[in-house]
Amino acid sequence: MVLLEIKNLHVKVEDEDREILRGLDLAIEPGAVHAIMGPNGSGKSTLAHVLAGREGYEVTDGEVRFAGKDLLELEPDERAVMGVFLAFQYPVEIPGVAGMTFLKTALNAQRKARGEEELTTPDFMRMVKEASDRLQMTPEMLRRPVNTGFSGGEKKRNEILQMAMLEPKLAILDETDSGLDIDALRIVADGVNALRAPDRAMLVITHYQRLLNHIVPDVVHVMASGRIVRSGGKELALELEERGYAEYEENAA
Amino acid sequence: MPAVRETVEQVREIDVDRYKYGFSTDIETERAPKGLDEDTVRFISAKKNEPEWMLEWRLAAFRRWLTLKEPTWARVAYPKIDFQDIYYYAAPKAGGTYKTIDDVPPEILETYEKLGIPLKEREILLGVEQPSGPDLPSKVAVDAVFDSVSVAAASLEKKEKAGVLFMSISEAIQKHPEIVKKYLGSVVPITDNFYATLNSAVFSDGSFVYVPKGVRCPMELSTYFRINERNTGQFERTLIIAEEGAYVSYLEGCTAPTRDENQLHAAVVELVALDDAEIKYSTVQNWYPGDKDGKGGVYNFVTKRGDCRGKRSKISWTQVETGSAITWKYPSCVLRGDDSVGEFFSIAVSNGHQQIDSGTKMTHLGKNTRSRIVSKGIAAGQSSNTYRGLVSAHRKAKNVRNHTVCDSLLIGDKCGAHTIPYIEAKNSDVVFEHEATTSKIGDDQLFYCQQRGIGEEEAVALIVNGFVRDVIQQLPMEFAVEAQKLIGVSLEGSVG
Repeated sequence: MVLLEIKNLHVKVEDEDREILRGLDLAIEPGAVHAIMGPNGSGKSTLAHVLAGREGYEVTDGEVRFAGKDLLELEPDERAVMGVFLAFQYPVEIPGVAGMTFLKTALNAQRKARGEEELTTPDFMRMVKEASDRLQMTPEMLRRPVNTGFSGGEKKRNEILQMAMLEPKLAILDETDSGLDIDALRIVADGVNALRAPDRAMLVITHYQRLLNHIVPDVVHVMASGRIVRSGGKELALELEERGYAEYEENAA
Repeated sequence: MPAVRETVEQVREIDVDRYKYGFSTDIETERAPKGLDEDTVRFISAKKNEPEWMLEWRLAAFRRWLTLKEPTWARVAYPKIDFQDIYYYAAPKAGGTYKTIDDVPPEILETYEKLGIPLKEREILLGVEQPSGPDLPSKVAVDAVFDSVSVAAASLEKKEKAGVLFMSISEAIQKHPEIVKKYLGSVVPITDNFYATLNSAVFSDGSFVYVPKGVRCPMELSTYFRINERNTGQFERTLIIAEEGAYVSYLEGCTAPTRDENQLHAAVVELVALDDAEIKYSTVQNWYPGDKDGKGGVYNFVTKRGDCRGKRSKISWTQVETGSAITWKYPSCVLRGDDSVGEFFSIAVSNGHQQIDSGTKMTHLGKNTRSRIVSKGIAAGQSSNTYRGLVSAHRKAKNVRNHTVCDSLLIGDKCGAHTIPYIEAKNSDVVFEHEATTSKIGDDQLFYCQQRGIGEEEAVALIVNGFVRDVIQQLPMEFAVEAQKLIGVSLEGSVG
């Protein structure tokens, strides 16, 4: 069964007339890694936020089904419980809440909502240690308030750490590579690759082909002017790198 | 609180003192006529059967009050109070504030529900008419002493054996006039400020605590279960004395919201700590904040001051303010004795249209004195939350240290948080440290939490709890749990 199915999605910013997503179609199977590439303003981040349930957008047409359910009906936390995870492009800081506390609260909130037992502290600590070691994050970092004092690279690694802990069914990575140097990129990519699973799909949103050398996609989509205008295999990314987005923008408009 | 229900039973079994004072049959009217003049003061004193010296004290305060002008410097706004349009005395009614539980506004009942307060306690705390007879008559004011697990009877005995005096101040005026005369007005004189002076003239009742030399009061004293008649609570006067080497921890307040006909609450609390003595005073204030338009809430204009009179004495104020339409108070310490210590820990939450202008004054007079201030202000809705603090060191106060942490948290973008610190060092052997932060819970942070599966309310609670943790740790444990719940309830609907 298709995990995520988007049909003819039209989205505009609340209280404005301008449409950002103009009839987007997309289907993702469990276990698949899809990449979406496109120029600035094509609506990539909007898609990510609308799927996560951020306020401020209005869906004017179309539908989104996730694991058979109407996703747009659900609150953001309900979507998370169902297995939707968004690795933010610009992760925010949360003063006063230690990273560790935040992780535990989120994990147990989701487990509780799914009727599962909450994780005991020793089990939780074990899970965190394993996941944070792989991402080269120290316990000291997690004692600090969420993302506070983190460099760009550390924030992105923290996103992947949360993804590892929350074990989502659909991980949406919104420009995870932005602001990363080569080494940080490798650590993040390795972290993401370690989380590939047959019951986990990924939607990797990026400008640059470079990330896709490390996180090799099954399908590449080109997005322009609010819709997907072409899909292909991983070679499409290389083609885009060479030729740019210009031809797609003309056509889509 | 489950403990409260147990206590009702136990207290009933002990023959606790009831209000015998103040309702002489000569004067039949239940209320003094509206307004305040010398006759009103005489009326109040007579109703309470007070000795002559007490009446003179009140009259001196009243005459002084007539010469004072209402202060308007605080960052709060309210319609002008007509001091002649208030009842300054009302006898405890035979009935309650409400006829039945159905008369209680639903939002108040909901809060009780959320705080987990059992039905019976709700009625008692709200002043719902109780049938007289075997059940606790509503006329009774019970200053019950209890801690969270022990039996009230055993506690009372323990306390009495130790020589601790804990009673209403009206009773203390009758039974222990020498102590009252010695200390009343010695920390907050009748001339102190407009509202304290008013209080001195017309105070209705309050708590009196006296801990003799070397006695460590065996349990926390609490007025939690004071089912005082609402109308007489508006001008409370509290006096707590800890003699040499004594220790007492006092809890004032109730987490459940209490509505009152009287909008103005001008209480005075005086604490006196002699050599090597320590007083911990904790408050959870949740007076009615007003309706959704901010109308009808309580004005909480309070003067609280502790005198670290003795060497090596210590006074700590811990407060959680979540109620009242307007909160205007500065629990303060006068660090008179050498080597004395003053502390102020505060969480002030404002939501809706509430206004808070609160803080503390640490006045260092003695040598080697220390003070510590941790103030956490949380503003939400359209509220205004001001911290006003004064830390001063007298010319002769050498080797003085203060550390102040003043943090504000804003929720949403329609509220305001302000900090007005005053620092006065009159000699150079003084170290005053002040740290302040302002942060905001915005939509972005909430969305981040929600995207991780944390519901909106839980997200606000998570962030707020992290913010207030340092102060919550200062509260006696049971109070701490309730305070956390209460903060959560106060911030409901603060987002979106």
